[in-house]
Amino acid sequence: MKLHEYQSKRFFAKYGIPIPKGRVAANAEEAKHIAQELGDRVVIKAQVLVGGRGKAGGIRLAKSPEEAEELAAQILSMKIKELPVRKVLIDEAASIDKEIYLGITNDRSARKPVMMASSAGGVEIEDVARDAPEKIVKVYIDPLLGLRDYQARDIAAGIDLPRDHWRIFGQIANGLWQAYRESDATLAEINPLVITSEDQLLAVDGKMVLDDNALFRHPDLAEMRDLDVEDPSEIEARKYGLVFIKLDGDIGCMVNGAGLAMTTMDIIKLFGGSPANFLDIGGGASAEKVTAALRIILTDPNVKTVLFNIFGGITRGDEVARGILAAMNEVQTRMPMVIRLVGTNAEEGRQILSDADMITAETLTDAAKKAIAVTKGDYVQ
Amino acid sequence: MSILVDKNTRLLVQGITGNEGDFHTRQMVAYGTKVVAGVTPGKGGEWVLNGKIPVFDSIRLAVNARGANVSVIFVPARFAADAMFESADAGIPLIVCITEGIPVQDMMRVRNYLDQKGVRLVGPNCPGLLTPGEAKVGIIPGDIAIPGNVGVVSRSGTLTYEILYALKQENMGVSTCVGIGGDPVNGTNFVDCLEMFEEDPNTEQVVLIGEIGGSEEEKAAEFIADRMTKPIAGFIAGQTAPPGKRMGHAGAIIEGGSGLAADKIGALEMAGVQVAQHPEEIPGMLK
Repeated sequence: MKLHEYQSKRFFAKYGIPIPKGRVAANAEEAKHIAQELGDRVVIKAQVLVGGRGKAGGIRLAKSPEEAEELAAQILSMKIKELPVRKVLIDEAASIDKEIYLGITNDRSARKPVMMASSAGGVEIEDVARDAPEKIVKVYIDPLLGLRDYQARDIAAGIDLPRDHWRIFGQIANGLWQAYRESDATLAEINPLVITSEDQLLAVDGKMVLDDNALFRHPDLAEMRDLDVEDPSEIEARKYGLVFIKLDGDIGCMVNGAGLAMTTMDIIKLFGGSPANFLDIGGGASAEKVTAALRIILTDPNVKTVLFNIFGGITRGDEVARGILAAMNEVQTRMPMVIRLVGTNAEEGRQILSDADMITAETLTDAAKKAIAVTKGDYVQ
Repeated sequence: MSILVDKNTRLLVQGITGNEGDFHTRQMVAYGTKVVAGVTPGKGGEWVLNGKIPVFDSIRLAVNARGANVSVIFVPARFAADAMFESADAGIPLIVCITEGIPVQDMMRVRNYLDQKGVRLVGPNCPGLLTPGEAKVGIIPGDIAIPGNVGVVSRSGTLTYEILYALKQENMGVSTCVGIGGDPVNGTNFVDCLEMFEEDPNTEQVVLIGEIGGSEEEKAAEFIADRMTKPIAGFIAGQTAPPGKRMGHAGAIIEGGSGLAADKIGALEMAGVQVAQHPEEIPGMLK
């Protein structure tokens, strides 16, 4: 789950990281009032969860409250990469001498958090990593010890930060580590961290991504979730404990287990078809989950058939088959279904399903080919 | 012979009185696994499974009384890190964590702590271990595999069952199947398992099942090229997965252009692994 810039920066401020004075507005009039309070020059920043806001015209400098009002109105009527701008952040404009990048993320390969900094701030760290990797300084943080002071000094020295800034930089680095740790973030990033012409360090932009699995510890942060960035069917699926990802093909997929669900998509593609979704209904394939999942799949108008790929392990094939029939009964659809059951008692399961006039398959290859034939209108019994 | 678990395994179940713990303990016992104790804090002194298995309040008490040497964890995600710390501190050398959805920062702390203690972890977010005919530790359906010489290591659950079942249909047996789990930060990895399979006299060939995300398959390919003498067949799931999306498993995500299926397949093929286009090809690639 991503936090907006204003949410991230407020969170950073709790940990002693200096941020510009500013407030968020949902309409132009509010923006004008905030600009009046802040005085002089302000920056109006679209709060949307995508990169490239500046290029899209979503970040503008205003020299008067009236101009702030006008620009806020413009930005609030924009869509950036399909996302509506619902809020703007009005920040005191900083006069920038130098831009630095400072971030922490999980390094899954090292199994540790890694703090990264670069003297080339203000651009995406991925671009720096590609074009000038020598400019990135990294330190790995022992998750049991936390960031040590010397590590922050090493980073400061590594990016050639003038020595008179080392102490405050150390505080900021430590604050960022605390913010990352306390929020169970997978990314906490200040980009840019600027040195102002008054020689102050200031976190001008901020970004946080939180671990969805840890949100139970952070109900206050969980409430900040912006549903605009998510597909409605994905939100609906989450309510039922299903993982659903919408794709653009025409074969709906209903699979138990994530690896098997990916494999099902892959095999559809391998034989020339196109999957409409990724869907993992979890190990057991209960009737309740199948019903919820089927409803979600069928909201997609592109879907021409649904391919079930269920491995009956501890939940036996015949139980799975009865569960599927119960779900069909509940949902009432004429959509053609291709069902592949494998594993324990799969034969009994397939019999139950073919007695109910469903297309069944024994192998994954066979199931994929049958589903593709159905979408192309050339399936023969 | 086998790796990690066998008929000498003395298993302790953490979370034995919960729904999952209770159900799978019955399955493991029915398979013939020696389940010697269970732990649920606050329920010490009870007996479960018709009075066959004693429950203790802590791992230390269970280990002292019953001499467990492997623990399997079924506790909910929010308590799982603590369960792993407790097992490690009580001297259990092998922990198998089935639990899904553990916060990744918890796993970084657990993994770094366990490494310092020299404790092996399998999982989390995994189906566990199966040494056919000897022991089942976790949730892999016991009846879908027969004893044999194929070592199986996988990041997935049902996809692994699929492959075990396909092998059984061809009358091919398994030495040990290890589900290493679908989380970004886990315990035992591909390289650890390949190393053990290479050493294990009963394993003659290996099936490796990977998926998108991370670089463990690439590390496995390096190890295979340098050290493996036994033949390996592989499969990588997620060739059609869109970038930036978590495909069910927390670790199955293409980030910043890395973790792609094509790169993993390329690396494994370079190392001499036969990579299947779909799982049904796997039995045909083995002897």
